[in-house]
Amino acid sequence: MGKEFFSYLKCRECGRQYPKKAVHVCEYDFGPLEADYNYEQIRHSISRKLIESRPHHMWRYRELLPIDGDPTVGLQTGFTPLVKADRLAKALGVRELYVKNDAFNYPTLSFKDRVVSVALSRAKELGFNIVACASTGNLANSVAAQAAGAGLKSYVLIPADLEQSKVLNSLVYGTNVIGIHGAYDQVNRLCSEIAGKYGWGFVNVNLRPYYAEGSKTMAFEIAEQLGWRAPRHTVAPMASGSLLTKITKGYQEAIKVGLIDEQPFSIHGAQAAGCGPITAAFKAGTDLIRPVPKPKTIAKSLAIGTPADGYYAVHAIRSSGGGSEDATDEEIIEGIRLLAETEGIFAETAGGVTVACAKKLIATGKIPANESAVLCITGHGLKTAEAVAPHLPAPRLINPSLREFDALIANETAVHAAAV
Amino acid sequence: MPIPVSIPTPLRPLTENLDTVEVEGATISQLLASLDKRYPGIGERLLDAQGNLRRFVNIYVNGEDVRFLQDKETPVKPGDEVSIVPAIAGG
Repeated sequence: MGKEFFSYLKCRECGRQYPKKAVHVCEYDFGPLEADYNYEQIRHSISRKLIESRPHHMWRYRELLPIDGDPTVGLQTGFTPLVKADRLAKALGVRELYVKNDAFNYPTLSFKDRVVSVALSRAKELGFNIVACASTGNLANSVAAQAAGAGLKSYVLIPADLEQSKVLNSLVYGTNVIGIHGAYDQVNRLCSEIAGKYGWGFVNVNLRPYYAEGSKTMAFEIAEQLGWRAPRHTVAPMASGSLLTKITKGYQEAIKVGLIDEQPFSIHGAQAAGCGPITAAFKAGTDLIRPVPKPKTIAKSLAIGTPADGYYAVHAIRSSGGGSEDATDEEIIEGIRLLAETEGIFAETAGGVTVACAKKLIATGKIPANESAVLCITGHGLKTAEAVAPHLPAPRLINPSLREFDALIANETAVHAAAV
Repeated sequence: MPIPVSIPTPLRPLTENLDTVEVEGATISQLLASLDKRYPGIGERLLDAQGNLRRFVNIYVNGEDVRFLQDKETPVKPGDEVSIVPAIAGG
């Protein structure tokens, strides 16, 4: 690629420009740095047709991602299914519904594969040999797997009480898993100190301006898969608020570079009731995020009490005419089961949050019944199986005997008949 | 009586590398004014052109974010612990 599309990093607060290094905070006012592009050049360089001619992975939108050369990590990542969810639409009472299914992302079954693909491609360009992250689980899985594939050494730091399968899904890749006795926000604080001291490439600390941009590809794909248009409504789960903010930026950029027409779209947020600081701020009509010191929810991947992008997320929701809801543990489990039973999609707890909050947004008319919506499902249910397990019935056990099977079925018919 | 204010690493070049500075004041606003008087330039790093606390600067009094107290008008007294902490991006 001879042309330079990615110009520099820019402070979101004061606009000061920074070189494209491993820096993430403005030295002047501590605002977050964000990638900025030469949109005019991009507009003239890409088209729907060109993108459609490229392989089915997230790098088909390469001009809008913050690397200099060709991507080296994540060449199979993204372009996950957009499922038309008619049965779920009927259950929730909305005309048209789609599920953007990142539970099927490559290689580690969550949307984090997108952000890590960008972060590690950039880490290699910047010459890092060791990459690391602070994580609630999914990010750790993806850093571990993709660092292994890229031949980088990795350290992943997680709260010590994560789901077993999320820990195992990092360990297997030979990464260094370090469990911290503390909540995610404490892990994050420690990582920011480590990043400063050891000079590693922390994907969500000093590489965050690159990492965060990967989430935009979810929006680009949704727009392309809908036939190059933004959905009227998009519901996204919120932990730090970064995904929701970047989905918004993705639709805006797609309009800016001429991939989709100017059109109204609303972005809605979903959080867990046990850790919902962004939803709380939205509902209180403020943009001051009151931290949640001790998150308590089965949706551990969303348990960030001090959301870094909370302020921007509240503004993205409000300015797009969206809404924000939260879901209790019980509603999360119901959401997981409803999605599984109506669409055959097994989502992790964050997916249950998204479904449960979408249900409320539809019931309250924030998403009108005669409009269309996309639900962002961000991780696979097998990763948080232990949260659902106690709520599922045990299999019925019989001997390998037709008579026993007949009896079991006969019993069932009788129950069914009685119910009718 | 002066009140100790803890200074974060990125601002220490302005405070002769001191991690704690004792300044006079009965409110956060007054403490910041005294701080800027002694170390000119530090004020604009903490407050925007309208004089409001910058979005990614947190000031804590005894562990509580002043945004949830009385913001810049939060009273302080000797014995209080005041710290300036930039927000930490992550996640």
